[in-house]
Amino acid sequence: MTSKSASIYDWVDERLGLSEIAAFARHKTVPVNAQSFWYYWGGISLFLFLVQCFTGVLLLVYYRPGAEAYESVRQITFVMHFGWLIRSAHAWAANLFIFAILVHMFSVFFMKAYRKPREFGWFSGMALLGIASVFGFSGYLLPMDELSYFATKVGLEIPAAVPWIGPAIANMLRGGPEVGEFTVQRFFALHVVVLPALFLPLLGFHLWLVQRHGNAIPPSEELKPASESKSIPFMPNFLRKDLAMWLISLNILALLASVFPWTLGHAADSLVPAPPGIHPEWYFMSPFEMLKLLGNILPGESGEIAGLLLFSLGIALWILIPFYDIGKATGQRARAAHYFGLLAVFALLATTVIGYWTIR
Amino acid sequence: MSDHFVVGGTAAIPDAEYLKPVADEPGEQTTRRFFLAAAGAAGLLYTAALAYPIYRYLASPEEMALSATAVTEVTLKDAQKLPLGSVLMFKFGTSPAMLIHHADGRWVSLTAVCTHLGCTVQYEPQADRIHCACHGGVYNAYTGANVSGPPPKPLKLFKVAVNDAGVQVSRA
Repeated sequence: MTSKSASIYDWVDERLGLSEIAAFARHKTVPVNAQSFWYYWGGISLFLFLVQCFTGVLLLVYYRPGAEAYESVRQITFVMHFGWLIRSAHAWAANLFIFAILVHMFSVFFMKAYRKPREFGWFSGMALLGIASVFGFSGYLLPMDELSYFATKVGLEIPAAVPWIGPAIANMLRGGPEVGEFTVQRFFALHVVVLPALFLPLLGFHLWLVQRHGNAIPPSEELKPASESKSIPFMPNFLRKDLAMWLISLNILALLASVFPWTLGHAADSLVPAPPGIHPEWYFMSPFEMLKLLGNILPGESGEIAGLLLFSLGIALWILIPFYDIGKATGQRARAAHYFGLLAVFALLATTVIGYWTIR
Repeated sequence: MSDHFVVGGTAAIPDAEYLKPVADEPGEQTTRRFFLAAAGAAGLLYTAALAYPIYRYLASPEEMALSATAVTEVTLKDAQKLPLGSVLMFKFGTSPAMLIHHADGRWVSLTAVCTHLGCTVQYEPQADRIHCACHGGVYNAYTGANVSGPPPKPLKLFKVAVNDAGVQVSRA
């Protein structure tokens, strides 16, 4: 470093404490073990979220909510240069984002990384997943084409099934009894203001906890003697690998977005019947199918309520896992939690497959 | 700060093999330099491939406006009915313009963008002048000449042709 740049560095360092941050980064390490591959998925999720922010702002430049929503998306897709690509990247990255979060969540679950002292990491992560799915649901309506119209109509039947207060909640979300320009306007406010305002601080908390406690070591590694556990420095070794993963993710996203551009259907029209083969996005397929199957067993309103109850119970059990899978100090597997996880994966996959199988 | 880390027991694996300076042999130096140059070029190309669509996307309205400013003639339907001593504001391409029907029956059309800082000017029939409210610029309502105030240049005149269907305004 030349003396001039050194003195500039000193000037800034004195005021912002850069060398403390640098020292912190130098000391940060990441464990190396057979499960290291799964450590990248949180970072991949973070990267895809950043892509969402960036492409989202670009879409915001031309998108107009309300009565003109469809027309503005048509303009973005067919009139503005590369608008189709920006929109396609936003839609594909949204799907990859949910996928990466799910991989991250299940890897955390099976590595039992939610155990003490990382309970808040698990809770905040589950909250982030919840917000991400509301991001997905609200963003899906914004183009106001046929598919988004019916998806929102059907999706809002779920809160509407809650006893007593359900219809009021659904009307509040819809902005009236029918999905229309008021719905798209408030979903827009939710999608670009309310949800980011909730998501960002929670994400900051989540990341801070990762710094606080470091990466978790799976139980299989905990059993090994301390002398056999290995780690690498975060800077630059893990960061370099992390960035390589980001680059791979970006390339996959670019390929998907340009080779399979996201389509735009006809403008939403409540008088046109639902198109054949209409189905929810893949990440909503499983809950949708579970509710449908329960509806077959218990027809009518009781089925809906039972479905909601069962579903809420499952989610509550999932979220509260750090409390009842206290884990053995020896690092031994807590079998019940493991089987619950396997059951959840099986149920999600099976209902998703059944859902796609039975599309007519 | 080290108490934040849950690291097994041992020290970190030194991963410095990467970072060790490459052997001093001149041949290897060249290879290394070539590799770095190639990596840099690939990075630049990659960045350009990302930046180009974004630039074109954001520049779309500008490009659309360019094709609109290529307009050389505007037909104002039924504008021949404009009463004496009044003005009709219209868009010539993308920029505001005015058609004045003077009290003496003469037709004048000019751009309505002040040459000072770009405000839209207004025709004042009582004073028979063109005035800019932003900084008090005044123009002659027949020739477009800048008469007083800050405007550095006159307003551009258009050619006017009146017939019984409307008024045709074209670039002079």
